[in-house]
Amino acid sequence: MIKIIQCLAVCLVLCLSVSTGFSQVLPPPSNVTAMDTPNDDGSSITIKWDAAPEDSGISGYQILRRLAGGGLEEVGGILPAGTTTYVDSTIEKGNAYAYIVRAVSATEATVESEETAPVSGSGEWFHTGKIPLLVAMLLFSAAIVWNIYDARSGKEIFVRRIPGLEAVDEAIGRATEMGRSILYSLGLGRVEEVPTIASMTILGQVARRTADYETPLRVPCRDPIVMNVVREVVRTAYLDEGRPDVYNEENVFFLTESQFAYAAGVDGIMVREKPAAVFLQGQFFAESLILAETGNSIGAIQIAGTDSEHQLPFFIAACDYTLIGEELYAASAYLSREPMLLGSLRGQDWGKLFIFGIIVLGVVLELAGVNWITTLLQRVS
Amino acid sequence: MELFGIWVAALLTLCIYSFLYQDNPFYRFAEHLFVGISVGYGIVLSIHQGLVPFALKPLWAALTGESLSGLIKLIPIGVGLLFFARLSPQHVWLIRYPIAILIGFGAGIAIPNVLRANIFEQTRGTIEPFAAMHAGTLSGFGVFEAILMVAGVVCTLTYFFFSVEHRGPVKWLSKVGIAFLMIGFGSAFGNTVMGRVALLIQRVDFLLSDWLNLIS
Repeated sequence: MIKIIQCLAVCLVLCLSVSTGFSQVLPPPSNVTAMDTPNDDGSSITIKWDAAPEDSGISGYQILRRLAGGGLEEVGGILPAGTTTYVDSTIEKGNAYAYIVRAVSATEATVESEETAPVSGSGEWFHTGKIPLLVAMLLFSAAIVWNIYDARSGKEIFVRRIPGLEAVDEAIGRATEMGRSILYSLGLGRVEEVPTIASMTILGQVARRTADYETPLRVPCRDPIVMNVVREVVRTAYLDEGRPDVYNEENVFFLTESQFAYAAGVDGIMVREKPAAVFLQGQFFAESLILAETGNSIGAIQIAGTDSEHQLPFFIAACDYTLIGEELYAASAYLSREPMLLGSLRGQDWGKLFIFGIIVLGVVLELAGVNWITTLLQRVS
Repeated sequence: MELFGIWVAALLTLCIYSFLYQDNPFYRFAEHLFVGISVGYGIVLSIHQGLVPFALKPLWAALTGESLSGLIKLIPIGVGLLFFARLSPQHVWLIRYPIAILIGFGAGIAIPNVLRANIFEQTRGTIEPFAAMHAGTLSGFGVFEAILMVAGVVCTLTYFFFSVEHRGPVKWLSKVGIAFLMIGFGSAFGNTVMGRVALLIQRVDFLLSDWLNLIS
């Protein structure tokens, strides 16, 4: 009898130990930390925890948070098993939150980590991750400033021939001889956009010549703010040429902000006024071909320029001359020959030369198995 | 009402297409209607999506004591009001301040992003395939593609050097660069023309099915 009881006891102990060994006990997520997300505006908190071993049985994680003095609430959905970081972007600024990470198994068993200390989000004034970009910008700016000073010291700066810009005088002269107007469109860009700014500087140079020749210069604008700036640019050009009497403010006018209504309006002006020269300089979109085609159909000499690579083919096909991409930015220096703009142009060339060198060196190094240039570029971008 | 809308849309479509023949009163009518309606619509949109939510509501909230932070909107509103200085010839110079702020803000936002996305990212993208080439994971076509891309970038970049005379090797590199550009423009041209033809088909489909019920 005693032996039977002993056998039963041994079996019971064995069964218990075997069942304990085979059942999966989920380990709680360890080293859970919550911290204010760096380099943001204070609208998120980052939660981190250690990766669980592959055989831990964890199939996902659920993030829980507690507002000071409140209950626990779930944040977001179930995260995949390999996750070790979560950014909670649903916080309210100024509130402190404590977090718990809950591990979930395939059988829906759960185990929770310890609660973190309460953390609140705060914004940063300076994005430390952007320091390499700042350094690159400073170097680039230094190259431009250096060249501007060099140009101002009287050193002559060479600028290669840009056919589209050499035709500007020809176009204005033609309009003057024919007694017709010149139409200048800055496209659809807003005042703060780079192609619009570049286009305004070209317009300033065109306006100087039209002031000299007393040729009417018509500028339909798509943006009321652009219109105001353009009026200033044209007025200043006429004043500089000593011809304020020829300046007519009504020739720089607002048309509409709608893209295709603008195209329809400019087309109407073209076919009715039949300008002898059409300048399409700035940012253009789908209306580019409509404008260029109409200008072509009325026999106007057309000089276009844009950095919108999808519209350039249409300008090349329908216009007499086209400024491709950066030629638009070089135009102001080319036309005015001002030392500051010429120096800036050469500074930009230095930047391009630097990129040229980086590409060649990067390719050679990558082929040799050294990838520090791509790593550096990754950091900068 | 829907039928009326279809008739208006169809007739205006025909008025606009009549421009393909020559300028005529129908096109002029449609053009002026289009421009006028778009301006009116733009003004209403500016009021509802700009003035009311970003200026009037915060100010009202501040005045009623609901949220005093709305008072900070007085600064941009004040700067914006300077645009109206144009109406007074004596104070027209004040308009330069909001314009300078706008251009400065726009350039400040745009330049770092352009440097990052258009220069550094693209440079990295040009070099990176050579790491795969070194690792031996690039296919034969991939190798060709990577070499072609570097050649295209280097030659096209050469074309955009303005302060160097284009003669000798620079001339030939820039000539190859312009060839790359033209091939790219050609493909973009074909692609976009196909898109425009699709738009034409959509419009003709509207005329034939919705308006004339000739096709179902």
